[in-house]
Amino acid sequence: MITDTAELRINPVIKKEFPLCLRTKFINNPASIETYLSIGGYEQIKRVLKNKITPEALIEEIKISGLRGRGGAGFPTGLKWSFMPRASQGDKYIVCNSDEGEPGTFKDRDIIKYNPHQLIEGMIIAAYIMGAKTGYNYIHGEIWGEYCSFEEAIKEARAAGFLGSNICKSNFNFDLHAVHGYGAYICGEETALIESIEGKKGQPRFKPPFPATFGIYGKPTNVNNTETYATIPWILEYGGQAFSDLGVKNSGGTKIFSVSGHVNKPGNYEIQMGMPFKDLLDLAGGVWNDRKLKAVIPGGPSTALVPAKNILNATMDYEGLTAIGSSLGAGSLIVMDDSTCMVKTLKRLSYFFYEESCGQCTPCREGTGWVYRIIKRIVDGNGKPEDLRLLTDVSKKISGRTICALGDAAAVPVLSFINHFEKEFEYYIRHGRSMIGNTHD
Amino acid sequence: MIKIKINGKSIEVEPKTTIIQVADKVGIDIPRFCYHKKLTVAANCRMCLVEVKNFPKPLPACATQVMEGMEISTKSKFTKEAQQSVMEFLLINHPLDCPICDQGGECDLQDTAMAYGASGTRYTEEKRVVFNKNIGPLISTDLTRCIQCTRCVRFLKEVGGVMELGLVGRGEHAEISAYVDKSVESELSGNIIDLCPVGALTSKPFRYSARTWELIRRYTISPHDSLGSNLETHIKNNIVMRVLPKENEKINECWISDRDRYSYEGLNHEDRLTHPMLKKNNKWIKVEWEEAFEFITQKLNKITQSYGADSVAFIMSPQSTLEEGFLFNKLAKSMGSSNIDYRISQKGSELNGSWLGCQVNDIETLDLAVIIGANLRQEQPLLAHRFRKMTSHGGSIVLINGLDDELLMPIKERVICSPTEYSIEILKIIKSIQTHKKIKSIDKSIDSILKKITTDSNSQKISQLILEKNVRVGIFLGQGALDLECANDLYYLSNILSSLVDGICGSLSNYANGVGLDYLGIGAPGINTKNILKKNMAAIITMNIEPDIDITSDTNIQSHLKASKFNIGITPYASKSFDAYDCLLPMSTFTESSGTYINISRQVQSVKAVVSSLAESRPAWKILRVLGNYLGYDDFNYDSTEEIVGEILPSNTLMTYPEINKPEKINTINIRSTTNSLQSYTIVRHEDSDMIVRRARALHARDAKFSDVVNIHPTTLKRLKLTDKNLFEVERNGVKIKLPIHSDLRVALNTVCYHSKYKPSFKLPLIKVADKATL
Repeated sequence: MITDTAELRINPVIKKEFPLCLRTKFINNPASIETYLSIGGYEQIKRVLKNKITPEALIEEIKISGLRGRGGAGFPTGLKWSFMPRASQGDKYIVCNSDEGEPGTFKDRDIIKYNPHQLIEGMIIAAYIMGAKTGYNYIHGEIWGEYCSFEEAIKEARAAGFLGSNICKSNFNFDLHAVHGYGAYICGEETALIESIEGKKGQPRFKPPFPATFGIYGKPTNVNNTETYATIPWILEYGGQAFSDLGVKNSGGTKIFSVSGHVNKPGNYEIQMGMPFKDLLDLAGGVWNDRKLKAVIPGGPSTALVPAKNILNATMDYEGLTAIGSSLGAGSLIVMDDSTCMVKTLKRLSYFFYEESCGQCTPCREGTGWVYRIIKRIVDGNGKPEDLRLLTDVSKKISGRTICALGDAAAVPVLSFINHFEKEFEYYIRHGRSMIGNTHD
Repeated sequence: MIKIKINGKSIEVEPKTTIIQVADKVGIDIPRFCYHKKLTVAANCRMCLVEVKNFPKPLPACATQVMEGMEISTKSKFTKEAQQSVMEFLLINHPLDCPICDQGGECDLQDTAMAYGASGTRYTEEKRVVFNKNIGPLISTDLTRCIQCTRCVRFLKEVGGVMELGLVGRGEHAEISAYVDKSVESELSGNIIDLCPVGALTSKPFRYSARTWELIRRYTISPHDSLGSNLETHIKNNIVMRVLPKENEKINECWISDRDRYSYEGLNHEDRLTHPMLKKNNKWIKVEWEEAFEFITQKLNKITQSYGADSVAFIMSPQSTLEEGFLFNKLAKSMGSSNIDYRISQKGSELNGSWLGCQVNDIETLDLAVIIGANLRQEQPLLAHRFRKMTSHGGSIVLINGLDDELLMPIKERVICSPTEYSIEILKIIKSIQTHKKIKSIDKSIDSILKKITTDSNSQKISQLILEKNVRVGIFLGQGALDLECANDLYYLSNILSSLVDGICGSLSNYANGVGLDYLGIGAPGINTKNILKKNMAAIITMNIEPDIDITSDTNIQSHLKASKFNIGITPYASKSFDAYDCLLPMSTFTESSGTYINISRQVQSVKAVVSSLAESRPAWKILRVLGNYLGYDDFNYDSTEEIVGEILPSNTLMTYPEINKPEKINTINIRSTTNSLQSYTIVRHEDSDMIVRRARALHARDAKFSDVVNIHPTTLKRLKLTDKNLFEVERNGVKIKLPIHSDLRVALNTVCYHSKYKPSFKLPLIKVADKATL
């Protein structure tokens, strides 16, 4: 155990937040390097470099922690990092994916805004483990302020000697750059992100080869989510087991949930994995206007919609959400009350995928537009009885036939909305208006 | 080899091949749009999805490599369903305008839709409309039909060398576009028409002129450069309507240059000579063939009697077929004239070398190519692609040239110097190698010169590249170098250089049948076009030449023609160029005549006429044959080109080519500084290379480069006390013309760069042409 001196302080009351990636959020001037240093920041990279802890040992610790990629796919991080050809000569890159662009996702923004140095430290450790000399943080196009503040944080870290050459007098060199995206959702897909960093049009590459062998400029590259990197310093401070113990089986640690929609207190809530949904809803102040919960999208629009009756007894972790036919995704919880028209909601979501498809693969390029137009026609009051079958069929034909997962993601809301609320769709088609009454688009 | 199963059949295949390659090899049809065997894999159309056992999703056959034990089903229900759904998606936004689409009848989408598509549509929404882009005079766009396969984008990037088209915009708004307000400039651009699987890119000159099923396909060979690209001509009503490539992996792969593709537009140009013409009392009159032949016979007999047979010059185009060359030569020999040549652009050379030194596809396998005096993209558009391929395989290119034109491929080292300095630069490299390898004597003829040569960093770097271990080196002389006065020396020095490292030495001559005419023994040492004309001939017979543009070896062809007593032009076109002629005989173009070419890599290719001759024009071999009869020579009774070729070529395929003439001594090397002189670098643009191409309308509708302008390096301009506001005097047909000066950093110092149709008229006060130093 590399953390035998560390004091373990796990919050016994599970109903509360557990700020881990957002550790500095509740301190004054949270983003400054002083604040981060005051809570023991950058101690882990110092310790790693001073004691020359081997990358193998560090990967082992991360494997024990059970940390899974927080960007949505949930791939075990320790295993992923072990795939990087560490020993190979030549350039290697690590990339932080802060290109959260799906409706309802806003957790990476807060990490960059409130605790950028923990992310930077996490990336330095990752670079040490994987032998990278250069790192990029690809920041979503719509958040210019956070991009600027992250550039400031990089400057601070460089001035303090944590970035650049000869870090902590250890002969270890690593530099980090922020890249500002232009707001394309597809650039959150790791290979499209790599293309974008190379200055090309953001379009996913066909895999294999995977970035670990053929990434930026054809060099080995590791891409992880912001939250994943930001978790690393804590894991090294308190130990992998402590992190794992925070959560439940197969879902170790904490997770930031970005709660939005019809709740009283929307915002980011970092909680221990396995918290009951009801408790998370309470944290967010419950459904607004004393209305009843109708349904939620637990992990962002690319995860399946769950009706209220199924979610109320669920727990917020990978397996808990898989059990009710959805998934954790990036933890973007969208809450819908009983005044929500599912047909109009689906119209908005399918417009998003139609607008954000990169246009490379036929099924996604053509299919997302087709789906959107059918739903739009239904909402306009011109639906036809056969439209529902057509929608389901077209969505199924997009799914699994494209280079990247955007095609699959676009199909998920259509299939789950129709699956759970078929009657509402049928009503809309038959009457040309919503079952819910006066609703907003 | 690994074992896989495809449609239940077990086969052994090479590892690392893709499913689609295996299927193509064993003859199993997998539909595809974006995949093309010569381009990188995009895997974006998804049409080739197939079922592979143990994979939950269908896999793209174009991008999936076979693995041991893989079981592929290309006909299963799962595969069919995947392919049908992609087909449905492709068609929802595709316009149903097949009846008015030029691609109709030869459309991949149409054919595949017949095989894999449904008979009706479930799509009732509005269809997408994309505005068309004007990308130049050669390619017409109907972008609403585009299915975003990106073949055109990948072709221009990977084969053309620059990404002139791109897929801009996202999702359904993604559309093919050039950069803002740009057209496609690649000299290989027409190939994207063939690549386009739908009617989004069609041929602008051809569109709406015929339907594919009305066209008869006949094969021929391109005479516009020395590659001998294989062409498929499409004919309607005895007119070549368009030209497409015929695949020949060893020569043109599946591409052709724009020059080969669009030159057909010049075939039936209004300039075509349709009847024999005689000049009587300074007036051209149409005559019958018999009258023309009688007139010629009478005149030639008179001239040979008064001035001797050796006073008749026979000048032919290097595009002349073996048969034409053979008969032209036979005519000269029978008459008793030794003055026959085809090297119309070579200024001083006695060189007869047009041989590449290797096979065309061997170029790709070289590790280092030293290219001397070539403007590759203009002279040899498609051969340039082989060099580009070589660099993409990791090979390096060293360029020694008077102009640093953008070759659209990485150049490892470049020496930009005036053409007269090419020899010195080669000598410097030889000297570097000599010093490095400590060789005492390189070659008797140059040992004394080498002592006076000092190397520089450039030549040392190049020699290091050449001397690297296991490097296959090719030294190539371009047409620009072959046309120089010192071409023999250059060839000799290049041979020495290549023999030092056991490399290849070859020419990048653009003489279409140069190798063939060499084989016939035409092009003897000392008797070249320039020397022949100097001798004040009493009669000049030219074949397939527009004299004052094509004959660039002599600056004053018109005055020679005027001075001569009798000029005969065997030519497909009549123009002002022939004003000093007395008789014009209409010859057929390459499409109207059978014949044999030997290309730059010594491949013998015979073709038949693809259309019959226009009006009264006749294939040149027939004209020569009858002329021989009229003049009363023996053995002029050939009935077919096959009969002639039978006499020329050995019955087996073993052919012995004449040795390349080697100079006895190096005599034109000027090692004095040229800083006070002004040298010229001439450019033959690819769309000006011969009579047919010159008359191809669409090729000339592009923005002309190097056309009516003189390019000079700003430093040289400063020395000459000129600016780009001044005019520079050149000559054309004896008329002095002042051309605007373009200040151009790509041109070597002390060099003026201009179109080859102009001749220099160096009469500016500041210029002193360097003295020739004889060593």
